[in-house]
Amino acid sequence: MGAEVLYRMSSRLKVVVVDYGVGNTHSVANAVAFLGYAPSVTADPAALNRADVLVLPGVGAFAPAMQTLRTSGLVDLLAELVVVKRKPILGICLGMQLMAEDSEENGHHVGLGWIPGHVRRLRVPSEYPVPQVGWNDVQLLQRDPLFNRTGDTPNFYFDHSYHFVCEPAFQAAVCDYAGPVTAAVQRDNVFGVQFHPEKSQASGLKLLRGFFVSVGG
Amino acid sequence: MLKRRIAAAVIVKDGIAVQSIGFQRYLPLGRPEIAVEFLSHWGADEIVLLDISAARQRRVVSPELVKRVAARCLVPLAVGGGIGSVDDIDRLLQAGADKVCINRALFHAPDFVTAAAQKFGNQCVVASIDVAGGEVYEYLSASTGGLDPLTFARRAESLGVGEILLNAVERDGRRAGFDVDLNAVVSAGLTIPVIALGGAGTPGHFREVFQRTNVRAACAANFFHYSEHSIIRLKADLLNDDLAVRLETSATYREAPRDGEGRLLKKSDEELERLLYIRIEKEII
Repeated sequence: MGAEVLYRMSSRLKVVVVDYGVGNTHSVANAVAFLGYAPSVTADPAALNRADVLVLPGVGAFAPAMQTLRTSGLVDLLAELVVVKRKPILGICLGMQLMAEDSEENGHHVGLGWIPGHVRRLRVPSEYPVPQVGWNDVQLLQRDPLFNRTGDTPNFYFDHSYHFVCEPAFQAAVCDYAGPVTAAVQRDNVFGVQFHPEKSQASGLKLLRGFFVSVGG
Repeated sequence: MLKRRIAAAVIVKDGIAVQSIGFQRYLPLGRPEIAVEFLSHWGADEIVLLDISAARQRRVVSPELVKRVAARCLVPLAVGGGIGSVDDIDRLLQAGADKVCINRALFHAPDFVTAAAQKFGNQCVVASIDVAGGEVYEYLSASTGGLDPLTFARRAESLGVGEILLNAVERDGRRAGFDVDLNAVVSAGLTIPVIALGGAGTPGHFREVFQRTNVRAACAANFFHYSEHSIIRLKADLLNDDLAVRLETSATYREAPRDGEGRLLKKSDEELERLLYIRIEKEII
């Protein structure tokens, strides 16, 4: 990557990065802006309603994130936009895990429940550090739309201690960390990635581009 | 497979990126955001931005600086310098940092470290541990207090940090190789990943620390700053040694002729003549 890479500019796609006070919304917005979109970072219901596509970032622990979503009224609003109105949404890292039915991180906590599955601690042999931190290859199971512009075994930046356990039907990609670990999920208009496309240089930008183009950008 | 990471450290003193030698002498390099932009484009797997004047001046690494740097950084960005409260971390993450490096609070405020890991997740909190003479080193007082590095790192792990940045102070800027023994002992005794820092001078030093220890990342500062595409050439060397690292830049130098120190040699005139007529399509994302 560098001077030899061109970024296609100017799209009217309204990208909204959901800001609920947890996570690296700034990094995500940076990468989206890099591709030529003009993302807004907000939790304003009117703005979320107007969005063509939503991005749900998130770092940190599951329970406080769900709590914040609940107290700010976003659980109901997002359910209406995503489940009823079927707005496309991309969850990143914890944002993806929140889409599960529940998580065992520090207890048992109910999630948004958009994709059947459970968030479990990474249980790996002792020579594998937890969290999994770093760049890992992913094996693609469903190419469209997230991976239709990346290579055949792209690598992305992962940083997580918990992972999304679900039926293969909902997996778009897996990585190998002492066994298969869900790297991307999709179900209808709901998409999620365990890794950080906003921090995965060219591969991550290609993924974001593929997603945005698939929803009309 | 999960790849070993090559991290690039940018040391900032009084707002300027510097080369540090033994934590004592400093040579100016330029604006931090420019250094970070180059390192990010050259394929660093991670950037570590450390403001070494912050703690001494009783302040926190500036969110303004982090914001300027983050705008040019498309890989994970860890920042450190005087961080001592959850609010500090909040501001730095808002500015675009992905992780924070905690150093002094490990000694004085263990509760804060745990609170930070609980609020932001353990992947967000890196314990930056300096070691000199086989003991944990406190850089403000420039002294060691008899603490064993592995014991100290284990304590940090139990406080909830997600990674250890292990800095061999005496090797800083000496280009004599990483402290293999230190990194081996600490990385073998923890379940969280260790990043080796201090001493990189040749690609062979990275190879050595990866082959002989369980560190998941190796970090250097000075090594990367003085030549073009230094990270790409390093990764090409490691890949040629069958070490799994990420090399996705369009130029890779894997076939390029080198001298014994890893510097690129001029290609033959015939090859240069051939290259004149090759058209390289620009990639559009």
